[in-house]
Amino acid sequence: MSTTATAVRRTGARKAGRRATRGTSGIGTTGWVAIVLLGLVVCGALLAPLLSPQGPNAVDLSGAYQGSSGAHLLGTDASGRDLLSRLFHGSRTALIGPFLVVAVSTLLGTVLALAAVWFGGWFDQLVVRVVDAVFAFPGLLLAILATALFGSGLPAAVVALSVAYVPYIARIVRSAALRERNLPYIAALQVQGVHGLRIALGHILPNVGGLIVANATLAFGFALMDLAGLSFIGLGVQPPTSDWGAMVGTGMAGVLQQHPQEALFASALIVITVGAVNMLGDRLTERWEARS
Amino acid sequence: MSDAIMSAPVPSGQAQAKVKRRPGGAMARFVAVRVAGLVATLFIASLVVFGALYAAPGSPLTYLTHGRTMSPEAVAEIKAEYHLDDSIWQQYLRWLGDVVHGDFGTSIIYNQPVSTLVGGRASVTTLLVLMAAAIVLVLGLAIGTMAGLRPGWFSRSAMAAATGVMAVPTFVGAVVLIVVFAVQLEWFPVFGAGGSGLDAVYHMVLPSLALALASVAFVARLAQTAVRAELSADHVQTAISRGLPRRTVVRRHVMRNAAMPVLTVAGLTVAGLIAGSVVVEQVFQLGGLGQFLVSSVQQKDFPVVQAICLVYVAAFIVLNTLIDIAYTLLDPRVSIGKKDS
Repeated sequence: MSTTATAVRRTGARKAGRRATRGTSGIGTTGWVAIVLLGLVVCGALLAPLLSPQGPNAVDLSGAYQGSSGAHLLGTDASGRDLLSRLFHGSRTALIGPFLVVAVSTLLGTVLALAAVWFGGWFDQLVVRVVDAVFAFPGLLLAILATALFGSGLPAAVVALSVAYVPYIARIVRSAALRERNLPYIAALQVQGVHGLRIALGHILPNVGGLIVANATLAFGFALMDLAGLSFIGLGVQPPTSDWGAMVGTGMAGVLQQHPQEALFASALIVITVGAVNMLGDRLTERWEARS
Repeated sequence: MSDAIMSAPVPSGQAQAKVKRRPGGAMARFVAVRVAGLVATLFIASLVVFGALYAAPGSPLTYLTHGRTMSPEAVAEIKAEYHLDDSIWQQYLRWLGDVVHGDFGTSIIYNQPVSTLVGGRASVTTLLVLMAAAIVLVLGLAIGTMAGLRPGWFSRSAMAAATGVMAVPTFVGAVVLIVVFAVQLEWFPVFGAGGSGLDAVYHMVLPSLALALASVAFVARLAQTAVRAELSADHVQTAISRGLPRRTVVRRHVMRNAAMPVLTVAGLTVAGLIAGSVVVEQVFQLGGLGQFLVSSVQQKDFPVVQAICLVYVAAFIVLNTLIDIAYTLLDPRVSIGKKDS
């Protein structure tokens, strides 16, 4: 009995492995371009202290709104701070927030969805109702409410968005896992007496994994835009810490004085990063759809 | 911003279910269930908004006194006014009762009724969301339909542009619009909501465009995909091969089938504009509900924050429910009575 089960599991794993190798080549050129772009952005964030020519908060009031020069490759902001250094350091806050949001909401959403599918019945219905109720609360609004209570800053916003994004992941994973659960191989495993937890984690999860990764990627883009928006309106990352969204906000003063560099450079980095993330997410989704 | 895009319904196969005759009783029951769900969600939202005050670190009293030290008499007065000595449930029920009657309490900062402060600012936000909604529906559907009907360079470039635009957050779009059309070209004002009538509409052009941009791209992509899928459907191919004029085929078979699901998601997108308007109002300093919400958060004017959050959530939920009901009642292919989960 147990040998058959292992054999079944092994072939399953091998099939999944083959699928995965075929799949990676399936994200196409755009997918690879996106990965390279994101790699560059992440490297910039990780190596920010090494790459930055100046400290991100080194103020030089006599050198405000300088253009591009040898000392300041991208010029300076209203306080004479080096824009390039601030953009490098700003990428850290801009990326770490969405990363945490996606990590927490994906984990919670997946666990909820798998539990709902596995136990079914009233528990499933309860999860569906709760998820729907949370879905009715726009994420940005929940984040604003949280900053009203716990004070402006990244932590409150990240916690609120993590909660707000759970339904998005949970709904998609639940419907895919539900299809998977009704397939004959699950019944076969059950008949063989394989533990439910093992089926859920060892069989259902790997088979919907591609979908989870694709949607976590897309959620990263949304979270980056939401958090940058919060920092932009002054409720997220607080000065003097540099952040892309906050830089667009402080750059507004420069925009009106014909010095739009700060706002435009930070905007461009946000758009490039979110664009790359979306491109990758789209390719991963297509790959998942082609697979199933 | 993302909520609209995220609330695209997960395909469940339910749309394919065919039901020829739908009894009136089932329909009434369906509407009743949806309205009950609406009330329940609103109730939960009110619990969240009210309970938030108690989830916060520190007592509600600290929020109401703004952390200032006050004389015992003043503290007693505040406690009496906000009934802080009652149990939380009593306070909630009293608050809910007042809210149902349109009384959101008194602003801590302005010392005026919240309903007056909020009501005076609602029209700006309404105009902004309505104009953006119109732009989303007209532009998004037009571009998407054209791209769907005519494969080729237009379709490809429109879809590539739409994918790019979807990566532009609302505030970035707003800043770029300001740089180009307000600062460089000076066609439109940078800030403010303007006076009344046409002037207000003129002041709202850039803000509503900024708010609509990402949703236009999303709806266009959606419409393109739907029209494409319908064009390659068997019954359409049959109609074309039977020699029916293309215009008839497109109007009677493609558009009619593609319309309902696209309109539904487009409607949900429009509902999602409500939350996005907060950021846009901040960029353009429009002085509507969204800007008031942000300044009230910064000043910790809690009654105002509660009221505006509740208004936004209510508008969002009511719109979503209406769209859901309309979709189910208007599209004969959707079966009612069956659970959608």
